[in-house]
Amino acid sequence: MTSLWSRVEPLLARVRKPARYIGCEDGAIEPRHGQGKVAWLLAYPDVYEVGLPNQGLQILYEILNERPDAVAERTYAPWVDLEALMRERGIPLFSVDAHRAAGDFDVIAFNLSAELVYTNVLNMLDLGGIPVHTVRREPSDPVVVVGGHAAFNPEPLADFIDAAVLGEGEEVVGEINDVVRAWKASGRTSREGLWRELARIPGVYVPSLYDVVYEGERTVSITPRFADVPATVTKRTISDLAQWDYPRRPLAPLTEVVHDRLAVEVFRGCTRGCRFCQAGMITRPVRERPAEQVRTMITRGLERTGYNEVSLTSLSTADFSGIEDVVSSIVPDPTACGAPTVSLPSLRVDAFTVGLAAKVASGRRSGLTFAPEAGTWRLRTVINKLITEADLYGAVESAFANGWSRTKLYFLTGLPTETDDDTRGIAELAAGCVAIGKKYTSRASVTVSLGGFVPKAHTPFQWFGQNGVDELQRKINLVRGAASRGVQVKWHDPRASLAEGLASRGDRRVGRVIERVWRDGGTFQEWSEFFVLDRWLDAAAAEGLPVEWFTTRHRTEDEILPWQHLSAGLHRDFLWDDWRASLDEHGLPDCRWTPCYDCGVCTGDGLEHVVASPIPPAGGSQGTGQDLARGGDVPVVVRL
Amino acid sequence: MKVRLAYSKVGKIRFLGHLDMAHLWERAFRKAKLGVAVSAGFTPRPKLSFGLALPTAGESLVEVLDVVLDPAPSAERDLDDLAPRLSAVMPAGVEVTGAWVAGPQSIQEDVVATTWVLAIDRDAHDTAARVAALVAAPEFWIERERKGERRRDDIRPGIFELRTDFDPSVLPADWRSEVSASALVEAVVTTSGRGVRPTELVDALFPGDEPWNVMSRVIRTHQWIERTDAPCAPFSVRARKELPHEQRIAVG
Repeated sequence: MTSLWSRVEPLLARVRKPARYIGCEDGAIEPRHGQGKVAWLLAYPDVYEVGLPNQGLQILYEILNERPDAVAERTYAPWVDLEALMRERGIPLFSVDAHRAAGDFDVIAFNLSAELVYTNVLNMLDLGGIPVHTVRREPSDPVVVVGGHAAFNPEPLADFIDAAVLGEGEEVVGEINDVVRAWKASGRTSREGLWRELARIPGVYVPSLYDVVYEGERTVSITPRFADVPATVTKRTISDLAQWDYPRRPLAPLTEVVHDRLAVEVFRGCTRGCRFCQAGMITRPVRERPAEQVRTMITRGLERTGYNEVSLTSLSTADFSGIEDVVSSIVPDPTACGAPTVSLPSLRVDAFTVGLAAKVASGRRSGLTFAPEAGTWRLRTVINKLITEADLYGAVESAFANGWSRTKLYFLTGLPTETDDDTRGIAELAAGCVAIGKKYTSRASVTVSLGGFVPKAHTPFQWFGQNGVDELQRKINLVRGAASRGVQVKWHDPRASLAEGLASRGDRRVGRVIERVWRDGGTFQEWSEFFVLDRWLDAAAAEGLPVEWFTTRHRTEDEILPWQHLSAGLHRDFLWDDWRASLDEHGLPDCRWTPCYDCGVCTGDGLEHVVASPIPPAGGSQGTGQDLARGGDVPVVVRL
Repeated sequence: MKVRLAYSKVGKIRFLGHLDMAHLWERAFRKAKLGVAVSAGFTPRPKLSFGLALPTAGESLVEVLDVVLDPAPSAERDLDDLAPRLSAVMPAGVEVTGAWVAGPQSIQEDVVATTWVLAIDRDAHDTAARVAALVAAPEFWIERERKGERRRDDIRPGIFELRTDFDPSVLPADWRSEVSASALVEAVVTTSGRGVRPTELVDALFPGDEPWNVMSRVIRTHQWIERTDAPCAPFSVRARKELPHEQRIAVG
């Protein structure tokens, strides 16, 4: 394997932001390739600035490089200017660490955090000189694996990947490494032999080992082709976050990236049960990191990287039972320009949380973001985002009282059962927030950010037919029309929501649409300057696939869903019952602090919630709209 | 205490832009556990000031940075200690070469000219002839767009020296090994007022060609200041009047 650096280098002065192609970050590991090692290329199918902070990729990079029988490098999607120069000169996709060609690696593992990046996956394979179709690959070609949240419905990528990994990667990468190493040692016989071995690893799904039969538009069966291939593949979950204090050597980039600060993950999973939220559903149960370990990771990470800002990450950081303990222990370092700033990226909507944010924010207080998600209490019970108007107004009041002058509110529109009253309720809530702000500052402003709801696999809303482009646009206009002074409305392009819907709940046939969009030049579809819906519609029409059937159509209970054979641990019955309950406007409380309603994850996997403190954090009202009492017995495993 | 640091930036790291480099320095001081004074006000900023911006993809042997250290280094030994401590926490290719107690003037005010060496991927004889022609030209007008306005400037007065025969021993090792097939051009250009950029020099020598197709590498080897009472290291001191282009142009 040789370095492509001497061929890449002359191009870099001619492209934008060349620092994203040079590697050299803090925390980068010098790759030591060698006989008997499996070489992994960890790929993020979007630009460096978006991909570098990805924690999943950083964790696997470190874990693999710690193994004596593995070596891992990283790559990100080259921006269009460099790609054009590379294609002109026949330079393949390369790693940023040692600038090795993608084709020289044994495994290429893509991290999929969204669906619209799928065309970039194909583009990166092609740029790497690797056949995009799995069946065309020779034994000498790299093994193409995907993981990450979007991999929970990998069917649209079935024709292009060797395997998909469901769930958390810490343990399973080692098992994949063992299989690939043995396959290499045995002289890389057929790829099918490798697939059979990979399919034996729990959590690893090999699409080519399943026959999927369609009748008309419907899926009628999904059947393993061999007796030893599992009928259902269930996700992997690490039981104890305390055993995985990664990344130990966080990557700190040289050039500015989207989350330019230290990130320390405080827990995984979320049991609030918001029905639209795929992340909350597929990452259960809750596993908190011990507060002491969080403190160590903060101290060590800040020292290593030189950052003076740390973000405590999770799906709802204010729910971390050790939050006050951790926050109060962060003290100024006399040699480092005062105390590091702590950011809480996912603020819960209540006054307690804002008080916490005020305690840790230093200096400029630009804006605070909350996510009420829906405009009325009725619709919030439908989606199980159980925050009251009083919660929101309390949070906003606290924000303005603590010196913030701008508030941003995230809402979804196009939710199940949403009426125009619900939609207009968004503008009313925003107006109420502006009125509160005006008591504190004449500059008070509230930004409403509207996203078109896209139903995702493995959620109670997986049966819901999403709103079409016109309907979403009409609702956006409704909010815009009802918005009062001091309220700014921003919105996500409803056309992108449609394409995202197609890719999110698509089956294997949608892969042909993705391929056409890519061949037509449709890369970087997450970027509005490159997204053209007509490309997707034309591609679907050319393949004879009705887009409405995949997107705006409600599914029935008896329908075989394309991801039926893949499991995030959630019982299908639980999801269906929760879907029906949502239509009846019944909320479901947070099971961390209330009795188990058997969603299937803990019981099925022999797992339990792991929390750092037996006492629920103050202020959380998720569940019934009432404050949870402090103290009392809670059905959790406590790790102090 | 305001300290002036000199450092080099060579190799892969040359692709890091000026602004990113500034942020990297902020992190480097924290990693080295060196306190930096911060500005007063609502958004305190560390007191770091940088000299001439080095164009992205350009290398340099002499970059400068002024920093107000707080607490101040207590002894001369501590000052000498700065270079190794900071080099250790900066990426490969950035080497701190010296540290001095700085005077009150800003670097921006001090520096009047800079020396570049350009690696030209063109025939050496042709390059030398073009250099001679540009030296002989009384004026050279270039057009560029700035803030939405087209401007025409004569850059010839800003070119103090231009030659192909000079001592290349100052160049880093990989320059001597990697660019042996190219022609090297040394230029001393003004940095005050309308500065002259390396890409503009290439444009003047090879009009119509994409500059980065002609120039494979460029490195700053010197910065010149005009004051004699300033803490001058690592610069050479010349009075401004010693740099009138009319007399001082060397012909390659």
